[in-house]
Parts: sequence; structure tokens; C-alpha cells
Amino acid sequence: MLNTISLKSVLISSAVALTMAGQAYAFEPARSGECIAPANPGGGWDFTCRSVGKVLVDEGYFKGNVQTVNMTGAGGGVAFAHTISKRDTDENLIVAASTATTTRLAQGQFPGMNADQVKWVGTLGADYGIIAVGKDSKYTSLTQVLEALKKDPSAVKFAGGSASGGWDHLKVLMTAQKAHVENLPKIRYLAFSGGSEALVQVVGGHVDAFTGDISEVKGFMDSGDLRVLAVLSEERLPAPYDSIPTAMEQGIDSVAPNWRGFYVPGNASKESYDWWVKTMDELYTTQEWKDVMTKNGLMPFHKSGAEFTQFVKNQTLDIKILSQDIGLIK
Amino acid sequence: MDTMSLLMQGFAVALTPESIMFAVIGAILGTLIGALPGLGPANGVAILIPLAFSLGLSPTSSLILLTSVYAGAMYGGRISSILLNIPGDEPAMMTCLDGYPMALKGKAAEALAISAIASFIGSFIATIGLVILAPILAKFALRFGPSEYFALFALAFATLGGITGKNQFKTLMAAAIGLMIATVGIDISTGVQRFTFNTLELFEGVDFIIAIVGLFAISELLFFLERHAGDGLKQVAINKLKLSAKDIIKVLPASFRGAVLGFVAGVLPGAGASLGSFISYTLEKRVSDKGEFGKGDPRGVAAPEAGNNGAASGALVPMLTLGVPGSGTTAVLLAMLISLNISPGPMLFQQNADLVWGVIAAMFVGNLVLLLLNIPMVGIFVKLLSIPPKYLMPIVTLIASVGIYSVSHSALDLYFMIGFGVLGYIFRKIDIPLVPIILGMLLGPEMEKSLRHALVLSDGDWTVLFNSGLSIGLWTVAILGLVLPMIVGPIVRAKMSKSKEAVKDV
Repeated sequence: MLNTISLKSVLISSAVALTMAGQAYAFEPARSGECIAPANPGGGWDFTCRSVGKVLVDEGYFKGNVQTVNMTGAGGGVAFAHTISKRDTDENLIVAASTATTTRLAQGQFPGMNADQVKWVGTLGADYGIIAVGKDSKYTSLTQVLEALKKDPSAVKFAGGSASGGWDHLKVLMTAQKAHVENLPKIRYLAFSGGSEALVQVVGGHVDAFTGDISEVKGFMDSGDLRVLAVLSEERLPAPYDSIPTAMEQGIDSVAPNWRGFYVPGNASKESYDWWVKTMDELYTTQEWKDVMTKNGLMPFHKSGAEFTQFVKNQTLDIKILSQDIGLIK
Repeated sequence: MDTMSLLMQGFAVALTPESIMFAVIGAILGTLIGALPGLGPANGVAILIPLAFSLGLSPTSSLILLTSVYAGAMYGGRISSILLNIPGDEPAMMTCLDGYPMALKGKAAEALAISAIASFIGSFIATIGLVILAPILAKFALRFGPSEYFALFALAFATLGGITGKNQFKTLMAAAIGLMIATVGIDISTGVQRFTFNTLELFEGVDFIIAIVGLFAISELLFFLERHAGDGLKQVAINKLKLSAKDIIKVLPASFRGAVLGFVAGVLPGAGASLGSFISYTLEKRVSDKGEFGKGDPRGVAAPEAGNNGAASGALVPMLTLGVPGSGTTAVLLAMLISLNISPGPMLFQQNADLVWGVIAAMFVGNLVLLLLNIPMVGIFVKLLSIPPKYLMPIVTLIASVGIYSVSHSALDLYFMIGFGVLGYIFRKIDIPLVPIILGMLLGPEMEKSLRHALVLSDGDWTVLFNSGLSIGLWTVAILGLVLPMIVGPIVRAKMSKSKEAVKDV
């Protein structure tokens, strides 16, 4: 622990020294960086931090190391609050984020905080949404599921790994909305504490359909227990997922990437922000990162800088409107 | 032989230098923790969980470390039973009965060696039982829907009091406290905040690891403070080991019987290791009544030791396959699994086969390590018994606090930990058991979720809870588990307290 504290103080003091000395020049990162993973070790954000941290060091962007700090709480809210209140000018800090972050921001689940309080750097890949059913299900296409929902919104029950109103739930609602299903709040969604738990219930025949991400279903897809009806991406995914039709092919304009990316403190200097954007752009093209993506089932999805900031704004707004429409928030 | 090939893969994981290292460290720490009176396996594991987190260990390494601590603590419990007539932990109580008389006769070394061998046999046989039984239970995995899960959790709570539980009412109260704490946070079924007072740190509820460390480890510290930080325990001299093959062979039948009985007691939810060692001892006494039980019969040392170690491994069966812990320590291990983002329960064997079989294989390795540690090196552990608690307890507290802080980097968590410590101290003073609190916190949200899901799926029809053979079976066991202890419990408890008095009389 002493180690971390001293490391932190070294970090802060070196950052201060750097900003004072290097104001006239372009941003130079400190010897070591820090990445906050707003969840426990082992989760998605933890993975994002650790893998990016490793590539940043391997590719020589940092001479020391990039330390991953787990800061659990409120689905990222604690880390968000920490960043804007205590680390607002820290230039060597990045914080892992994903669609879960924008969802909570949009639904006001980080009280008194909003997306403008931090700077959005970029994404390094995405995990696309899917809708699937068990192998014995009567549904063989997404269209059939949506037709059934049009007749009776509670006809098909969905299981997913996020809380009610979370990303897995929203994917179903967004898709149903695009297909003009009426009475969205009537759609039944069962919240489980993780994708795999929900998946087992669908494979076991207890719940009709599964909503989740493509990375969660490989095992049961290979064993033939799960039929993936649609992937919510713009184009078909690369092999081995290329046999799954997109929702768009089936006439439903629903795209749902669960992106993995980062934000930096809101008052970090423009130079440091530009450095991070450039670094993420470069990192995304390295072979090492491509290997990380393949190994972990991440799909290509890269936006950075102004484009990403706009994307976050749009996504937050979309989710907010949808959540209001279905009565999740007022 | 599907199981065999999986087990072989498990050995590939368990025999890596890293895994062996953690098994050895766990075995040493566990034996030490078990040997110290007061620090039982549940406390030991609770203290080391934060350590595993702050070291950033992988799930497999963490679990290997902690199951080794668990097994080690079961071994270690016997040391102070035999040498001091103070059980290192509750299950080691029965070992006092014949172990201490043996030590008085100048056969302390023999008693320690025999009990080490018996512990090994107990763990070994029970681990084989685990290998055979767990995959069979796990096959039921896909048949568990929300209503079956609800019945399963009802069963867990019904059997909570168990046969050894002292006061059913206090057990119930403790479980209710756990359930109440579990309601704090955002309810995942509706997205509504409950008892969060708009405090960000409370959105995800109260972390049960913090509760565990506080309730078990910090309250232990408070107890030590109360005892004015004694100067450690008296040095006990042990004689030179004179153990012939004949002596070992003589205790083998007792060990095997004890192992099997202990395993069965461990697998049954709510029974646990204390019952395992108790049954093993009384049965052994009945089967071979020619001996001089209570006066230093080696079989009286072997049977309960095999029994409590067998029960310890047996308790892992329901924990790993159903997500329902059979003892306090497995409840703590369960909490750690959940914190590592591994959902225990029926699917664990399919989805984390590497981890499960790696850990099972590591249990075999750890056992061997423990046997080797406990025969030639028992003298070292005896010396460690004399470390004054005034040095030991601050170290324990330091490890716990550092670990908790490094997980979340939140000072509030430390306050919570201290709060739970004080609470744990008070509860222990007024005899409210701590394990049901943890179980309430762990299983409460799952139980609520299952009930809600079952009702959503059936569109509000409550009969869905009894609509499959599996759920009816679970309900039946649950009712039996609730009613039987009320009838059988007083009888067993009377017998156990009799033996307890016998311990004091010696």
C-alpha cells in the first residue's frame, strides 16, 4: 500500500512539475500513467484498463508502467465522481468507460453529473448486441419474434445480464421500437447478475430469449444449444460469426455496439487530451492491439476525439429519450 | 472417463510452479491459523481474502490459496487440541478427548503424527468423493429455472440452523439482519434505489467481503483486546516421535470410517465439520468399544480428525455445484467467488471447468503438502503457537485493512469494515451467529430475484413454485431440514455438550 501511495504522490508531483515546466511545449506524459477501472478485478472495465495499459507500455508510450486502479461503485459513478472532483486536471489518468457509462449518465443515475464534465478520448473496439433463443425455440428469425411482440408485447420474455433499464434491456426496446412494436413497457425483461446466468436460463428452456453481447454466446453457439437470431451491427461480423444475419438484413434498423473506451478528466490540458487521442488512434492500429481484440472477441469499432465526443452526446440523448418514452425515467 | 480427463487437465493447472507455491503458502498459513485458538478456518479465510485481492491474484490462484488455507486450518486445529486441550477451532473439539490424554502420557508426538495421517486420509477420501459427486450434481444444472432456484435458496435458509445450531431464533434473527443489509442498493429487477440515501457508494449495495472481514476478522481483534493481549500460550514440550507401521495400520480403519462419515456430514447443507467430527468419534467409540476412549486411544484421535477434514472437503460439494454453502467457511469462499465475477452454482462446472478442476487437483496437492508439513515440521508450528497475540493481531488487522482499501480505494469501505467489526463483536457477545448474516447477504438478493423471475414468467401464478419434480424435491428437503433439527437437535446437542464437559474435566 505504501508503494501505491508513494507512487501516486510521485505521479502527482511529476505531473505538476511537467505542467509547469512544459507549458510552452507539446504534452509529454509522465513516466507512469494510471487507468481507473470503475469495477472489481475481472470485469470488462478491468480488462480494458489492463490490456490497454500493457500495450501502452509495450509500445513505449510510457517508460514506467500504467497502473490499473479498481474503483468500484455505483456502476462507474464513484470513479466518475472521483475524477471530476479530485483528479480534474490529472493529465496522466484515463478512466475506462463503455455503453454502461453513457446509459447511467443518460438516466441520471450519477446524481448531479453529466457527460460534459469529462473529456471523451476514444473507443478501441466494441462488443455487438445480439438477440438469441434456445435451440428448441419456435422462433427462427428476429422478424418472427417481433411479429409475436406486435400481437402481444408480453408474448416473448427476455433474459439479460444488466439491470432493468440497463443496456441489455435497452437493446430489446430499441429493436422493438424500430419494428414499431406498441406498448414497449409491457415487454417482459428478466434482469440477471451477469450474461452467463441469463444465458443458462435461456438454454435451459426457462426463458424465451436472450439479449446480450456477441462475446458472451460463443460457447453455447458452438455447442448448438443457442440460436442467434440477429446481431445488432451495421455489417456482418467477421468469422466465425459471419453466419449470423444482422437485424438490418431482416429489415430492422437496429444497431447496438457496446463500445469499450476511455475518458480523461474534464480540465486536463488540451495538449494532453490531443496526445491521448493521437495515442489511442495509433494504438488501435498496432498489431499487438489487434491480437488482443481477436483473442477477446472485440470487434472493430474506433471513434476518437471530436467524433467520439459527438457520438457520446448522441447516444446519451437517444437513451434518455427512449428511457423517457418507456417510463424508466421522468 | 470424462471426469478423469478433466481432472488430469486440473492437475496440469495445479502442478504449475505458481499454483504449487500458493498451495504451499496457503497450507502453511492455514495450519498456523488453525493452530491458534480462536482463529478458525472461517476467520482465516476472511482475513486472507483481501490479501488475495490486493496481490491481484487470478481467480484460480486466489481459490487455490484460500482452499489450501481452509484445508490447512482443519489440520492445524488439532495441534492446540492435543497440546493444550484447547481446540484451535470448533471442529477440533472432539480431538481433545483422546489427544490431550495421549499428550499427558508423553505421546504428544505420536498423537500429532496419527492425527496428521488421519487428516490426510479424511481430506483425500473426501476429495475423491467431491470428484465423483460434484459432476453428477452439476448435471442437473440446466434443469434449474427460477422456481427451482427459489426452492434451493429456501432450502439453504431452512437448513441454516443446522443440527449444531444453538438457538434457532437467534439464527433466524441473524439471517434477517443479513437479508436487510442485502436490500441496500439499486434493485436490478426494477432499477429502483433502495436505502441508498443518494450516496454513490451505496448504489451497488454493501460489499459482503467488507462485512465478512469486519464481522470475523475485526471482531476477533476486539476480542483479543478484551483479553488484554495475552503473552501467548505456554511452550509445550513434545517428545521424540516413535511411530511404527503397526500403530498406523491400527488407526487406518478408524480413519477411513471417519473420512466417509465426515464427507457425508459435510455434503449435507447445514451440518458442517463440527458434526462430522462428532459423529465420527461417537461411531468409532461404538464400533470398537474395546479401546480406552477418553483416556488416550489413538483411534479416538484419528476418527474425529478424519471426520472434520472429510467434512471440510465435503462442504465444498454443495458450494461448488449449487452455490449453497454447507458451512461458514464455504460461505466465505462463496463470497469470494462472486467477487471474482465467477457465478457459483450449477453452471460453474461447465463454464469454469479449468478453474474448478484446477482447484480440485490443487486440493490433492495441498493435502500432500500438508501431510509433509505436519509430520516433520510440526515443531515449528508448535513454536508459532507461542507468538504473543499482541504482535499477531495488529498484523492481521493491517492485512485486512490494506486488502479492503486496495479493492475499492474507498475510505468509506474502511469505516464500514470497522462498523461491521463492532457489530460482530456485539453479536458474538450476545450469541448471535455470524454465518447466517453472511448467508442472508449472499443469498438474499438471489432469492428475491428468483422469486420475481418465477412470477414474471408465470404471469403472477404462485403455483409455479411447485411445478416441477425438482422443485418439489427441494421443498421436501427444505421442510425436513427445518423440522428434523427441532426433533433430533436437542438429543445431539445434549450429547455434544456432554463431550464438551468431558473436555473440561480432563
